[in-house]
Amino acid sequence: MIIGQGVRRGDGVPKVTGDALYVDDLDIEGCLHGVTIRSPHARAKIVSIERSEAFDWSGITVVTADDIIGENTIYLMTRDQPALAESEVRHCHEPVALIAATTLEKAKEAAEFLHVTYEPLPPLLDVTQSKTSDITIFGTDNTFKEITIKKGDHESVTEGTLIEGTYKTGLHEQLYIEPQGMIAIPREDGGVTITGSMQCPYYIIKGITDLLGIEKSEMNVVQTTTGGGFGGKEEYPSMLAAHVALLSQASGKPVKIIYERTEDLQATTKRHPAIITIRSRVSDKGRLLTWEADVLVDGGAYNTLTPVVLSRAVLHVTGPYHCENYNITGLAVATNTPPNGAFRGFGAPQAQFASERHMDRIARVLDLDCIELRRRNLVVSGDETATGQKLYDPGAHTVLDAALSAADDLGALRSISRPGDGGESARVRKGRGVALAFHGCGFTGNGEASLQARVSVSLEGDKVHIQTASTDIGQGVDTIFCQIVAEELQIPLDMVVMDSHDTDNVPDSGPTVASRTTMVVGRVCQRAAAGLLELLREQSGRGDSFEVLVRERQSSSSLRVEEVYAEEVDMVWDEKTYQGDAYPTFGWSCVVVDCTVDQDTGEVRYDKFVSATDVGRALNPVLAAGQIEGGSLQALGWATSEEVVLDDRGSMKNARLTNYIVPTSLDAPEMHTVMVEIPFSAGPFGAKGIGEIPMDAPAAAVAQAIESAIGVVLDELPMTPERILCEVE
Amino acid sequence: MKIDFTVNGTSVSADVDPSTRLMDLLRGTLALTGTKNGCSEGECGACSVLVDGRSVCSCLIPAFQISGSDVVTVEGLAGEVLHPIQDAFLKHGAAQCGICTPGLLITAAELSAQEVPPAASEVRELLAGNLCRCTGYQKIIDAVVEVVCVSS
Amino acid sequence: MLAANFTVQSAGNLAEALRLKSANSELQPLAGGTDLMVQGFKNKVLDIHRLDELRGIDVTDSGELKIGALTTFRDIVDSELVQAWSPCLVEVARTIGARTIQNRATIGGNIGNASPAGDSLPLLMALDSRLVVASELRGEREIPFEYLFEKYRTLNMNPDELIVAVLIPEITKNDHTHYRKVGARSAQAISKVCLSGRIRIEEGVVTEARIAYGAVGPVPMRCPSVEAALVGSPVDPQVSRLVLGDITPMDDIRSTAEYRNRVAVNVLRAWLEYLAR
Repeated sequence: MIIGQGVRRGDGVPKVTGDALYVDDLDIEGCLHGVTIRSPHARAKIVSIERSEAFDWSGITVVTADDIIGENTIYLMTRDQPALAESEVRHCHEPVALIAATTLEKAKEAAEFLHVTYEPLPPLLDVTQSKTSDITIFGTDNTFKEITIKKGDHESVTEGTLIEGTYKTGLHEQLYIEPQGMIAIPREDGGVTITGSMQCPYYIIKGITDLLGIEKSEMNVVQTTTGGGFGGKEEYPSMLAAHVALLSQASGKPVKIIYERTEDLQATTKRHPAIITIRSRVSDKGRLLTWEADVLVDGGAYNTLTPVVLSRAVLHVTGPYHCENYNITGLAVATNTPPNGAFRGFGAPQAQFASERHMDRIARVLDLDCIELRRRNLVVSGDETATGQKLYDPGAHTVLDAALSAADDLGALRSISRPGDGGESARVRKGRGVALAFHGCGFTGNGEASLQARVSVSLEGDKVHIQTASTDIGQGVDTIFCQIVAEELQIPLDMVVMDSHDTDNVPDSGPTVASRTTMVVGRVCQRAAAGLLELLREQSGRGDSFEVLVRERQSSSSLRVEEVYAEEVDMVWDEKTYQGDAYPTFGWSCVVVDCTVDQDTGEVRYDKFVSATDVGRALNPVLAAGQIEGGSLQALGWATSEEVVLDDRGSMKNARLTNYIVPTSLDAPEMHTVMVEIPFSAGPFGAKGIGEIPMDAPAAAVAQAIESAIGVVLDELPMTPERILCEVE
Repeated sequence: MKIDFTVNGTSVSADVDPSTRLMDLLRGTLALTGTKNGCSEGECGACSVLVDGRSVCSCLIPAFQISGSDVVTVEGLAGEVLHPIQDAFLKHGAAQCGICTPGLLITAAELSAQEVPPAASEVRELLAGNLCRCTGYQKIIDAVVEVVCVSS
Repeated sequence: MLAANFTVQSAGNLAEALRLKSANSELQPLAGGTDLMVQGFKNKVLDIHRLDELRGIDVTDSGELKIGALTTFRDIVDSELVQAWSPCLVEVARTIGARTIQNRATIGGNIGNASPAGDSLPLLMALDSRLVVASELRGEREIPFEYLFEKYRTLNMNPDELIVAVLIPEITKNDHTHYRKVGARSAQAISKVCLSGRIRIEEGVVTEARIAYGAVGPVPMRCPSVEAALVGSPVDPQVSRLVLGDITPMDDIRSTAEYRNRVAVNVLRAWLEYLAR
């Protein structure tokens, strides 16, 4: 068996020797270096863009909106976001002009001499005022998306206790350690090759060919080794690709742009801030009778992926609990702040911070045990979600039991402490928190059916090659897909090769997002491998094993089989009513966190962290644990230290690694990772998507742990020492 | 400014501008791109190299200060076979996206060369200058402890 | 690449460095570079990092611990002598950035950078340390740490002087010392509040108290009201409230004045409560 083995990652050796080439490591002959001129205002009219005569502009390439040949837009869901602002800027750091020169220093120098004159306008920065504001950023009323989910009749329920709470989460930065970077290289046929750090090669083709005024066949996109993405390199790289391509078009030369850290932090997308109010009626026994939720998310100045983030938020704001009567509304609006975008979890972490904190509130009000309250309401087989999706074999109870049991096995983790119980002094106290989450794996509703992901597998000599646009951004998909193919064909792993993610060579398997790659694309990959075996058997007229057929094959010509997504589970989804099967399946997770809270300083230290996650099937347990542990620490950072502070221009004030505080190894807790396997029939060998679920539960568990340690109730992220201390007597 | 030093055992002479950082010299002129640039201000540790046996951020060292020093980059860790810490990183899954990996390997390599190895309980503190955003650190700690620390 | 508008002179020994500094007082001394490479250089840099005579830790004839200006925090962490003399100083060294910074950053640099949040400064103040500076014309002189900080990021040094060493008096058995850094994370953090103290307790009564803070004012500062209130009585944790009269914290990107005020009181009270037990 190759499946289920923690085999070493295929791209591992070059990563430990330093041989792996990331975009900034590429040395392209004659390559120019680009810089981006950005708006210093949240909202302003562009009056003029002038080149100072005090500077020698020879050899310098400048591009503004006026130089764009095609349609000035980055096409994603809509066409509202320009590649370069034309008459008006809508957020601080919005790109206004581009400069390229033979050296970066020269380009930066030229930038000093390009004078943009603005007429500043009052900005809209408060998300709660967006809908009613006189300032129009998007559409007629700044609304990117509104969603309602209704089930049962919440108004007819009058018994039980009505409990309401509001929960807030802040901006959150992906903070991949490799900043964004991209190179455009002119092709001999007049087209352009885009290469760089990215998650979704085909997004770039779709996003910018209209802008460049070229055919899709005139562009190919090649992913370089990518130093982390977490959603941050889902859609933003299209903007960067547009910029290098425009500069390359104008100069006729290869052009590279690598963002400096501060620019990356200020200009690129973040996790959407959310304000979520939940009202529920609860019986004396702690059964949920109604669950109403209003979800408000701030999309920033352009649409990007905001409607889909809102969608995932409203679909997860129920938490993994059962209720008969739901009334959920979602609203995503615009503000004059840098556009928010994809980030691991994609709305679900915000929603489940709210739903888990609301469960804690219910426990507090009704004086029930937090865990017992959850047990009474967790979904079981046959229950329906708010959209009426019937659940088969949900793992909510299983992961709860698994996590608590693992926590108990670690002697150091104790039962939930009461304030004053333990710690170095009376002011330093320990607490434990437990939280649960579920996460819809893959795209919502009809997403996969309409996308029709494609993967091909080819036989070249005695090696099997895989062609997919699904990128390895560290999560290990290149290794997982090779394991899937090797297992399917019953061949050694070293017979399988992952081809470069070059759109000229790989079919469109869709974006590397939404916990869909292993589960959905991996399945297509498995079926393509099966197709290759079938083809070989047909050609030889023999039923031998793949290895034998290859060894005894007469021809040396290559064979290639392309497969397309096939719907293996019946899904009925109504996008208009938000009723039906929202996801092909769900993953389930429970985390237990022990922390030490210092009431003198508000500091929270993470001692131990236990998670139990339903992964369907752990195709590679080492890589799977890596996903879970990494996602969990990102969530712990979001919980207590990672705060994006905006100034009155909506510009990030703490845009440096010295003051945007991500956890170091000394801040991270010891992690104990339990894998629960409830197989999904349509996933490869039973696998579910696991990339995002680790982000969902930890922050709420931390809030509960702080509450258990010092009795302070916090419903807003991040729970910084400053915020905690404010609440301490 | 003319400088002479060794990098990965090879003598190098270079003429550097005062504004050149060790990181620029390594990644540019010497094409040793295994050393990464994550922040340019000594916070992330992706640019860590050994200078005279000690791990330092090469973004914080002007190249002119390096004359006479012995520099080791990630490219210099492996001989015929991988350095044990490189092998342990692969075994434990301590490298994911890989961008922080060279810096972490360098810091770990310094620890593995210490006369008195650190205790397992000290490893988290000793690696704290190298940020990783993928792993949650557990697998990195496991790999480093296995190679560097004395088993008790 | 750094901004390219500066020149560099390198000194091979202290005499040469002092001569260069004397000839051109604008020269900006560069040691390990961990602060200056982030802040950027001024016009003219004097590279002194090769002055091995300024490196090292020993005990002087008069029984004081002498730490050369170019001694790195790593050297301090590894020094059994420092560990025996002042475990707090080892603790300080371990909280400067992280290992990759400690390997390069020098104690002289931490002092010369004169940041109000420089982590070694409050402790050196609390330990009644003196800075040894030298100039070509006047030779060496000593400056007590409590008189060292003139104003924000400015030391009471003459333009032709360089930092040579730090002298730390012996800590007696009646001395209780303390260091508590509060930053945004456990490593790689710049202090929001940094407390150091040395309290001498003889027969249950405080006979001398030196309480110093970093990051709560324009310079590292002693707390005269607290110190005065402590001396002459058994340790009374309640005097920690007097800190508010001694410090002048601000709101900045790292924290708020309100938080710093509260934490400054709390961390001192926690220590005093420990001593009072």
